[in-house]
Amino acid sequence: MDLIGTLLANWPRLLDGTAMTLKLTVTAALISVVITPLLALGRVHAGPVAGGLLRLYVSFVRGTPLLAQLFLVFYGSGQFRPFFQEWGLWGFIREPFNCCVLVLVMYTTAYQAEILRGGIQAVPRGEVEAAQAVGMTYRQILRRVIFPHAVRFAWPGLGNEMIILVKGSALASVVTVFDLMGRSRQIFLHSFDFAIYIWAAAIYLMITACIVLLWRLIELRLARHMHPSSPLPGASP
Amino acid sequence: MISSPAAKPADRQPELVLKAEDITKSFGAVEVLKGISLQARTHDVISILGASGSGKSTFLRCLNLLETPTSGRLVVHGEEVKLGGDRGPDARHVQRIRARLGMVFQQFNLWSHRTVLENVMEGPVHVKKQKVAEARERAEALLARVGLSQRMDMYPSQLSGGQQQRVAIARALAMEPDAILFDEPTSALDPELVGEVLKVMRDLAEEGRTMIVVTHEMDFARAVSSEVVFLHEGRIAEQGAPDAMFSAPKSEEFARFIAKRH
Repeated sequence: MDLIGTLLANWPRLLDGTAMTLKLTVTAALISVVITPLLALGRVHAGPVAGGLLRLYVSFVRGTPLLAQLFLVFYGSGQFRPFFQEWGLWGFIREPFNCCVLVLVMYTTAYQAEILRGGIQAVPRGEVEAAQAVGMTYRQILRRVIFPHAVRFAWPGLGNEMIILVKGSALASVVTVFDLMGRSRQIFLHSFDFAIYIWAAAIYLMITACIVLLWRLIELRLARHMHPSSPLPGASP
Repeated sequence: MISSPAAKPADRQPELVLKAEDITKSFGAVEVLKGISLQARTHDVISILGASGSGKSTFLRCLNLLETPTSGRLVVHGEEVKLGGDRGPDARHVQRIRARLGMVFQQFNLWSHRTVLENVMEGPVHVKKQKVAEARERAEALLARVGLSQRMDMYPSQLSGGQQQRVAIARALAMEPDAILFDEPTSALDPELVGEVLKVMRDLAEEGRTMIVVTHEMDFARAVSSEVVFLHEGRIAEQGAPDAMFSAPKSEEFARFIAKRH
């Protein structure tokens, strides 16, 4: 097995696949940043009907394999082509990339929303009351008190979800998207050079390691008020 | 501008700041408040006493609508609060009322992710829309006043309970409230830290602030208040000038209450 030779022969396509993997996960992650807080607030505040629907959504997404969801959307959307055409969504849904992003967003937001909901419910009640008592609006309280705390509580769990998202994006390769996994498989099928999978694994590991590092840095920043012993900028004795 | 001690109680005709009429509050089947009325005029310092479970904290929380009264009337600075039945009071209206009434909590409830200075500036900047520079200047002056100039850039977790409570008082003052509500402000403090908080409160009373104080500090209630209200099982059992009440209690309940504590 010639690891270096494999890399030299295939690096442009591996790089191309890596770019696609990053594009898939970053797109899904950015969209989830908008949707997750809404779902989490819905889980906290919704009445019985909306709350029940949200719970159903979460348990469906958590209770079925990601691959099954992907097939449902990718192959299922064709069955409803007239419907999607009527709504002008066919152009969107027939693109495999879009299908993948849609499924990844559904998948990750269901988990993230549950994690963030836990964070929201752990926000100290008294700090919310203090914000009410100075006359803040609900939106201000969310932005200035509830979310800063909730995101800090949820942060490690959300980091896990990001890692799972990167790995889950590999399933895109089965619906004709040439991400890192898809490119590696393509190379393997032409060369039967097993070493390409070692390189694919190494690249995935590098991506997730970067996420872990980034997450830890941000976590320290989010929790800076929790470490009274560390010197603070500008703190007077 | 911290209001100067020149505003002595006698200088102006006191006006009605807050009026509560026949306030009741039930939690499920339990009626905690059974009709309480109270009036606060400018410069009044009203101490609310009572055993635990007498409803005194609940009543205080009804005044700025952290609890919605089940029935009754509430008038803050001439403005009637529409309690709004089942749907609850109108949010904007409630926010306006709350911005005029400062609140100091038993557990301080400082925003732990913001520095001391940020805690004090938060309301003026985001609720009263003051300019940041202006709010900062005022906040620094208020913190100096409660003796915390040296702690402005620290986070609440780095302060003692007494210091946190003084920040909370500065935070309430920063809103320039018509009245300040204190909910057992010293109950969560170590005994040696109670004095520093009471001293700040005494100073506020002396400069003519309107204060409503739920407390267990009998000496404070007797020495500082203009009026004492004693709650017993959700009703006012006795109310009047502190000296008269403490030296000659009229109700059996209040007599028993002070006998237990002296």
